[in-house]
Amino acid sequence: MKLDVNIDVRHLTRIEGHGNIKIRIEGGQLREARWEVVETPRFFEALLQGKSWRAAALLTSRICGICSIGHSLASVRASEAAFGLEIPPAAAQLRLLAKHGETLQSHLLHLLFLAAPDFLGLPSAIPLLETKPEIFELAARLKNLANRLCDAVAGRTTHPVSIQVGGMARMPAAPQLAALREELRSSLYDLRTVVGLFRGFEIPDFFRETEFVSLQGQGAYPWIGGRLISSDAVDKAEHEYLAMTNEYVTPGSTSKMCKLSRKSFAVGALARFNNNHAALHPEALGIAHELGLRPTCHNPFMNNVAQLAECVHVTHESIALIDALLGVEGQLKLATEVTPRLGLGVGAVEVPRGILYHAYEYDEQGLLLRADCVIPTTQNNANIQHDIEALAAEYAGKGTTDEELEQLCSMLVRAYDPCVSCSVH
Amino acid sequence: MRYLGIEPIRPKVAVFDFTGCEGCELQLANKERTLGAFLRAIELVRFREVSSQAGQDYEIALLDGAITRTDEVERLREIRQRAQVLVALGSCACFGGVNRLKNGCDFKAMNRQVYGDMPKDTLPTRAMKEIVPIDLEIPGCPVSKEEVERVVQHVVLGLQYRFPVYPVCVECKQRFTTCLFEQGQLCLGPITQAGCEAPCPAGGLGCYGCRGPSKDPNLEEFKAQALERGFSQAELDEQLSFFGGFEELR
Repeated sequence: MKLDVNIDVRHLTRIEGHGNIKIRIEGGQLREARWEVVETPRFFEALLQGKSWRAAALLTSRICGICSIGHSLASVRASEAAFGLEIPPAAAQLRLLAKHGETLQSHLLHLLFLAAPDFLGLPSAIPLLETKPEIFELAARLKNLANRLCDAVAGRTTHPVSIQVGGMARMPAAPQLAALREELRSSLYDLRTVVGLFRGFEIPDFFRETEFVSLQGQGAYPWIGGRLISSDAVDKAEHEYLAMTNEYVTPGSTSKMCKLSRKSFAVGALARFNNNHAALHPEALGIAHELGLRPTCHNPFMNNVAQLAECVHVTHESIALIDALLGVEGQLKLATEVTPRLGLGVGAVEVPRGILYHAYEYDEQGLLLRADCVIPTTQNNANIQHDIEALAAEYAGKGTTDEELEQLCSMLVRAYDPCVSCSVH
Repeated sequence: MRYLGIEPIRPKVAVFDFTGCEGCELQLANKERTLGAFLRAIELVRFREVSSQAGQDYEIALLDGAITRTDEVERLREIRQRAQVLVALGSCACFGGVNRLKNGCDFKAMNRQVYGDMPKDTLPTRAMKEIVPIDLEIPGCPVSKEEVERVVQHVVLGLQYRFPVYPVCVECKQRFTTCLFEQGQLCLGPITQAGCEAPCPAGGLGCYGCRGPSKDPNLEEFKAQALERGFSQAELDEQLSFFGGFEELR
C-alpha cells in the first residue's frame, strides 16, 4: 500500500490568482499540509490614502476582475455612510440588480468553466466545444446574459462605471430592461439543465465543522448591508466589522487571515445558505434539497451547490426587480447630491465569494485619510488551510495516490471559488 | 475545424498573469456569443485561470498585469525566450496601471501600514516593456474583448493591426453620447486613445484615460481648458495619474 505522498502544486489552475498546495505524508502520517497564498501584494489601502471620494470606487473596483461590481457597491456604501447620505429607492433597486448580474456571471463562470471540468474529467471547459457543444453553448449563453445584465445596469461588467456615490449615474432604457427580463425568464430553463448536469456529479463527501459568517437577511436573502451574523451566534452591527474579521498577518502568506469564535471561519454561498436558507426562493431551496444540500451543511464541496441554488434565486429576484422598476410612472430619481464631510463609514456587501467590507475615513474636503478593505477570500484562507489539513489527514494511510489526493485537494480549494488577487490586494 | 476542407493555421497562444486583478484575461472568456469561434481561431495551450493544461510550446504570449516582484521579472524573461510574440494585455501590462500609483509612496511605511511588522517583498511597479521588448500593446482597464478579437483576426490573416489615432471623443460622437465635459464632468476623452468604444462616458463617467494618450494630444491646452472650467489642479492630477498612461507626457 502507498503510504508516502508528496504534493507540490505551484500556481493552482482554474482559480483566480496565485496559490500553492503542499502536502507531505510519510509512512501514512501527515507531516505537512499547506495552502500558500503567494500573490504579489498591491497595497490598495496605501494607494487609497489622499484619493478623492469620486476616485475611491473606481480604484477599489480594480482590486478584482471578477467581483468589481461588488467592490464598487461596498465602496460607495462606505462613502455614503461617511457622508450621511440616503440613496433614492430606484438607485437601491438598480444596485441590487447589478449585484445579481455579478453573482450570476461569477457563479456561472465558477460552476461551469472552473469547477465542472473536475467532475467531467477534463482539463478545462474548452474540449466541450467539440465533445458536448450543447453544454458549452448553454454555459456561454447563461454567462453572456449575466454579463449583458451587468453591462446594461452598471455600464460595464468588469470595472463598472454607473455605480457612483449618491446613487446611480443612469437608468437602462425600459425596452432594454423588458427584453432582459424575458431572457432571464427563459434562462431558468437553462439553469434547470445545469441542475441536471450537477445531479450527475459526484460531490466528495467530507465534513469539518466550522463557523459560517454572513449578512443577516431581514425578510429577504441578504446582499447589501445589514447586521453581521455567525452560525456561532455572534451578532454585530455593520460598523462593527472589525470585531467580525480580526485580521492577522502570517509569515508565509501575502494574504492576511481572519478568525472569530474558532480558529477559522467560512464566508460565501454556503455560509449565506446556512445562515439564511429560509429566505431563499422556493425553487432555489428545492434545488438545494434535490442536490443534497441542507442546513447546516459542513461540507465545503457543497459550496458549488449553494452557488447554483443562488443562481436560481437571483434570477427570480432580478425578474421581480425589473418588474418593480418598470412599474413606476414617470422619471425616477437616481441620485442624491453629494456633500463631503469629515466622517467614518463602513459598507458590507455579500459578493459572490462572501461578505466584503470597505471602511473609509474622510476629511472635510472628501479626501481619504484612511481606508480598509476586508476581502471574502482573506476570510476564507484560514478555513481552506484547516480543511486541507483535515482532508489530507483523513486520506493519509489509506493508500491514496499522489494524483488522487492532489485532485481532491485542488477541488477543495476550487470549491471555495477563491479570489486570490483580491485576498491580497 | 475546417471550412471547405481546408485546415486553418491556428497560432499557439498562452496567457500569463502577473500583478493585477486578472480582469483583462477574464475578458478573453467573455463576449460569449463569439467565444466558440474565438477559441477555434487560436490554439490555446496555456491559460491558468481557466485551464489545467500547461503547454510550454507557444508562439504568442498574452501578458496580464504589471511587474512588482523579482520572481515576476524572472518569469517574464523566461516567457520572452519561449515566445515569438509578446502581447501586453491591459493598462497594467502597458503602463503599470493603477499599480503605478504605489511608486509615489514610501515603501517602508506602505508595507508597515498593510502588514505591520511582517513586511512582504515588493518592487516599484514596472510595465512589461520596462523589463523585456514587447511586440504589441493592447491598453484598457479592462481591455475590450472586441478589440482583442480584431487583433486576433488580423494576426490570423497576416495583416497589421492599426490602433485608432483619434481620441475617445470621436467614439462618444459615434454612439450619440452627450458630452460629459460640456455637462461639467472632468473627462480625459479629448486626449485619450480611442478603441474602447467609449463605455465610460456612455455609463455616466468621465474618461480616466486608461488607454493612454491619443496621437499628439494637446495636453497643455486640455489642462488649461479644465482649469478654466473650474477643475482644480489636484483633480486633474488625480485623473491623469490614475492608470499611469500619461506618465511619459507629464
